[in-house]
Amino acid sequence: MTETAPVITVTNLIKQFGRFAALRGVTAEFAGGKLYAILGDNGAGKTTLLRTLAGLNQPSSGEVTILGAKKFHDICDQVGYMAHPSLLYDEMSGMENLEYFARLYGISSGTRCSEAIRAVGLDPELVRPVGQYSQGMRQRMSLARALLNDPKILLLDEPFSNVDLHSATDMVHLLTGLRDQGKTIFIVTHQAALLEGAADEFVWMEFGKIVERTRELKRRADGAEPRHHTSPGESAP
Amino acid sequence: MIPPPTASAPTGITRVTLLKDLRLEWRSKDAINSMLFFSLLVVVVFSFSFDPSAEESRQIAGGLVWVAFLFAAVVALNQTWAREIRNQVLDAYRVSPAPANSLFVAKVMGNFIFVSVLEALMTPLFIMFYRLRALGPAWPLLLVAALGTWALVVNGTFFAAMSLRTRSREIMLPLLLFPISIPALLAMVQATTAILNGEGARFWIVLLATYDLVFTTVCLLLFETVLNAE
Repeated sequence: MTETAPVITVTNLIKQFGRFAALRGVTAEFAGGKLYAILGDNGAGKTTLLRTLAGLNQPSSGEVTILGAKKFHDICDQVGYMAHPSLLYDEMSGMENLEYFARLYGISSGTRCSEAIRAVGLDPELVRPVGQYSQGMRQRMSLARALLNDPKILLLDEPFSNVDLHSATDMVHLLTGLRDQGKTIFIVTHQAALLEGAADEFVWMEFGKIVERTRELKRRADGAEPRHHTSPGESAP
Repeated sequence: MIPPPTASAPTGITRVTLLKDLRLEWRSKDAINSMLFFSLLVVVVFSFSFDPSAEESRQIAGGLVWVAFLFAAVVALNQTWAREIRNQVLDAYRVSPAPANSLFVAKVMGNFIFVSVLEALMTPLFIMFYRLRALGPAWPLLLVAALGTWALVVNGTFFAAMSLRTRSREIMLPLLLFPISIPALLAMVQATTAILNGEGARFWIVLLATYDLVFTTVCLLLFETVLNAE
């Protein structure tokens, strides 16, 4: 597979929650080795799209092909997923959490866990339970968990939320480094400015559809960041 | 260079998940404390309410003990999945290559250990408060306890997972679990009463073992669907 060949193909993807359609016919191809920023207002369908790519939501109709596979389970060990919540056990330390999740991927080496923790700028020796971490530390540990299995594709939902600017910039450097190693990265964020100059493409979503894909961060008439509103009568699932 | 990850054996994943659950419970003691207090209340309140003779105790102990353990087990069963829902940790398991049934078996074994610990702690109190003494050999009670506890936790773990995403899951679990547990509960109570009275309990023990086999198989076949339900 060449670097620019599509690693993810989405065809007419529809996802409904009851009567609410969170995704309304998304069709797109995403090339490998690129960093995509997925932007849009609240309720635009960004998180639903990411969860569907991660196999956590089943499409109501349409098709998702990742690394040539139609079933997520066939390639799940090549995907890293970071959600808005930490996906970590509060009562265990970061290292204990990572050692557990590493075993789910068949990784028994503690060195790999230490490397992942160091990569996000945290100390693997930290014995404090995750529940006592600051929100920023928790986000970074969550990113370390997503990196554990050395995935080809990274799906990150709001990785910079509640992270201070300095740490967020460090995370962007880490992610661009991973992109340069050939990984394909999807970042759902409301802090688009952080990815200016780092992202290869900005994917704009509105009302469950991809409405635009731009190489540069487009400044909107009402400010640089996406607006935060939900269309009348609709709510995010 | 990092070696590429290889799929862990399902038994290995079950073992690490079980150890993780035991570690979490050891640190929080959420399930065991709630179960203990609940069972203790049942023992004390019933003992003061009825003050039965030794003969009467042998007749009612089976029902009393198992109903107390059933209600107490529900507390532990709700806690099991509550941990996985907090911070949406369950999603981290779902996106991994680990098989769904490894998680289920680990949860069942964990709950089996928690409820067994409760039973081991509460049984001496039951014997003391109700002046219990078996008229025949008491060792078959161990078999009834093991089979009965498995029946409670295997269905309980499954239905707790099923009610995981419902709004009032604490209510939903007993509503689903109790009706389906009636045959097992009947067998447990009858077997316990028979053993305490020095009578044969073979039929009830076989019924309980069959119940365990059938429901464990059904739960294993359906758990992946339940885990990935939206």
